[in-house]
Amino acid sequence: MKRIGLRIAILAMVASVVSTISAWAGESAAVRNCTWCHGAGAQGYTVAPRLAGQRPQYIMSQIRSFHEHTRDNPFSKQYMWGAVAALGPNTARDLANYFASIPPRPANDGDASLASRGRTIYMEGIPEANIVSCYACHGPDAEGIRDIPRLGGLAYFYVKARLEQWGQGYHSTPGSPMPMVATHLGPEEIEALTSYLSFVK
Amino acid sequence: MVGARSVEADVSGGRRGGRIAKRICLRVTLPTAVLAVAFSVSSHAQERMAPAKGGLEAKLEYCKTCHGLQGQGYLGYFPMPRLAGQQPEYIEAQLRAFIERRRSNPIMRNVAHVLSPSMVTALAQHFHNLNPPPFGGAPRGSIAAGKKIYEEGLPESNVPACSACHGAEGKGQNEIPRLAGQLYPYMVGQLSGWKQERGQGTAVDTSAIMAPTAHNMTRSQIEAVAAYVSYLR
Repeated sequence: MKRIGLRIAILAMVASVVSTISAWAGESAAVRNCTWCHGAGAQGYTVAPRLAGQRPQYIMSQIRSFHEHTRDNPFSKQYMWGAVAALGPNTARDLANYFASIPPRPANDGDASLASRGRTIYMEGIPEANIVSCYACHGPDAEGIRDIPRLGGLAYFYVKARLEQWGQGYHSTPGSPMPMVATHLGPEEIEALTSYLSFVK
Repeated sequence: MVGARSVEADVSGGRRGGRIAKRICLRVTLPTAVLAVAFSVSSHAQERMAPAKGGLEAKLEYCKTCHGLQGQGYLGYFPMPRLAGQQPEYIEAQLRAFIERRRSNPIMRNVAHVLSPSMVTALAQHFHNLNPPPFGGAPRGSIAAGKKIYEEGLPESNVPACSACHGAEGKGQNEIPRLAGQLYPYMVGQLSGWKQERGQGTAVDTSAIMAPTAHNMTRSQIEAVAAYVSYLR
């Protein structure tokens, strides 16, 4: 039993190395174009969010929304509309799968004293203020599912800016409930939520 | 505008803005930054006032954030059931069940807890009057088998015909829920996990009959019925 386990483990390691190498070989130019801004390990850098560990369907849906100009906040317009203009659907899919396979690291850059307040809002919302629970869609560990993004460990600055932008009327994926969510969030709630999320592993 | 926005985020975010944003921040004069913050605070305040004005409107928006913009249901991390066309008495009974812990759901307990009786009545009536098309997405292979179970039951397994209580078109009546157009994963989840999800209640929401009924169905029978009702209009 142990030997079979070991063999499977070795196979899995070989397979992952091979697939990583082949992804790099096939997509190295495309990957490099992303990592210039999103960080060498795709862990995010300043305004460019972490891509590592993100849901592949979400990455693809966002590439589409940049392509179709439905995601229209200033940084998207300035950087991402051009960046995805020449990406075909197959390359987009390969990039999404590649970045999704990289283990994400938490940014840990929020205000630690607000994390517990943030966690309460994340799990329960504030029903009296019509603030919905984030947990209902993004999952117990903020890991996301399908095309609903992983939020756990994303940088404080990035999530804060996104929540504010929805409140200011910028768009994202068509049909997303997020603009409605964000209009009910005040600065203090955004501060607490994004602080909490930055520490989630 | 781009510059102003990043400055605004950086100022209110303190030290965390990152090197690039910080550098931009230093270049812009302080009055601009103060103005930007003031503007952001006042626009936030306005936006927060608007939905709070009409209590019902704001609460409806809150419900629809998860249950779909037209009450047609939504797939989050968990499936959020369709409320559109639902029987008001059923909605009221379930909200009570969440509060009294007869139905276990950490999110809905908090949601239900703050609703006044008159708010519950108004919400239930609003959702009852909505009629969007079904959410869709269920596998289509077993629809015919599901229809047969729905209309005839499974006599050999002591499963009564669903239509006997839920109606021939799945519209429900009084406290018996509408099933037409209900989300497939939600139906499967409820029927296959009845005991954990809602076995706690008895007389009040008349779900007593559902415990043995759900128990007597196999997974594939549950999936067939769920697929059938999910496409009913």
